Amino acid sequence: MTTEEIYIAQSTDIACSTLGDDTIIMSTLDSTVFMLNAVGTAIWKAADGEIPLSRIVQEQVCSQFEVAEDLALADAKEFVGELAQHGILSITSTPHSPSEVL
Amino acid sequence: MTLIEEMNQKATQLGVPLSAHLDITWRCNERCVHCYLDHDGKGEMTTAEIKSVIRQLSECGTFFLSISGGEPLLRRDCFEILEYARALRLNVKLKTNAVMIGPKESARIKQLGIEQVQISLYSHRAETHDAITKLPGSWRRTMDAIGRLKADGVKISLTNVLMTYNSGHAKAVKRLANDLGVGFVVDPTITPKLDGDWSITKLGISSKELEEIYHTEEFVGNVGEFCAPVSEVDEDVLDGYSCSAGHTLAYISPFAEVFPCVQFPMSCGSLREQSFREIWWHSKQLGELRSVHVRDLHTCSHCTHAGSCSRCPGLAYMEGDFRGPSSQDCEKSYVRTGIPSAAQTAAMSRVPAASSGLVQITQAAFNAPS
Repeated sequence: MTTEEIYIAQSTDIACSTLGDDTIIMSTLDSTVFMLNAVGTAIWKAADGEIPLSRIVQEQVCSQFEVAEDLALADAKEFVGELAQHGILSITSTPHSPSEVL
Repeated sequence: MTLIEEMNQKATQLGVPLSAHLDITWRCNERCVHCYLDHDGKGEMTTAEIKSVIRQLSECGTFFLSISGGEPLLRRDCFEILEYARALRLNVKLKTNAVMIGPKESARIKQLGIEQVQISLYSHRAETHDAITKLPGSWRRTMDAIGRLKADGVKISLTNVLMTYNSGHAKAVKRLANDLGVGFVVDPTITPKLDGDWSITKLGISSKELEEIYHTEEFVGNVGEFCAPVSEVDEDVLDGYSCSAGHTLAYISPFAEVFPCVQFPMSCGSLREQSFREIWWHSKQLGELRSVHVRDLHTCSHCTHAGSCSRCPGLAYMEGDFRGPSSQDCEKSYVRTGIPSAAQTAAMSRVPAASSGLVQITQAAFNAPS
């Protein structure tokens, strides 16, 4: 597993709402719908483009859900990668500039 | 279960208005022969009022928002409203006749990320479409707009409402939609006017034509499955609801009134007097509607079609009792399966035995009130 930091930011090309503990997200580009569970929602809410994913996992996932950090980070990378494929998130290796962030 | 079904189930459990239909005006530049609305614009919500309604919906958990009318683009603030809804990250569909969508409007719709534009197209023939809309040249203008939106990459769905005027045109409109690369929905329901006038329902297609539609794969998919004569009526069906109206769906009129659905004219409160949250959670009418499960329906609960019927409680309400059957849906179930509904069977048993032939009996017994 690489230790290189990644940064995630919510796209503007989405529709999104909360449903109980879950989050519904639809890409307006390809109409793909995702329903994120509580863990996914925690990552999604923290996707401001400025906090590295590893810190989001530490602070939003490992502190609230009983899961090993390296496992959680690997899962989180897979998860954000899938969302990025549908234009729901953007992933960069440096923090997003404010103009890039929703 | 699909993800959308899962979302709807969860929204029902939580009582979240996942979908909302907001008519921003009832004014229209067309005068469709089958339209159920009047076109009076007096007392319409202001821009600020509409934005407030959209914000309240978003805060209550609405995800799917249909902006409709009347013709929504007749309002000069239509794009301001769409932009506001998209800024709240709602999934927005725009229902329009599209005649006012020029290059600028089309580009703006794309830029705003409108999920879909739903356009009424009554025929592949200009003269038929224009005869229905009573707006000369409307077919040409609508078709031009469809081309523009398509070129801009906007998702489009054509709605083809079936009636006597365009009888037999559905297949050609479906082919046209395929050729254009856009979605297609066929709608065989003529909704009575919201003031209780049923006269326009006489424009509805014949049972024979409806039967043809229901037995054509390109309209219904798997015909055998769609027309399966009997569906299981188990505890899950009896514990369920007829539709999402008032459960996960709300309709808001241009005059700030809340209803369970656009086709269910039971006013539940005014947003000029109460918040949406107050109405959604505390309206006596919505409470009563939500208390009615399929098992509580006096006729439909013991109907063989209870598990598969498209029963519309709004149409039943307009017939006088939302716990009762909806004649149009009884007819659809009958045409689909060949088996009369419980309401139809009961009506037939009341027809004098001297009546000559089942067809005449069914015609007489199954018609909606006029």
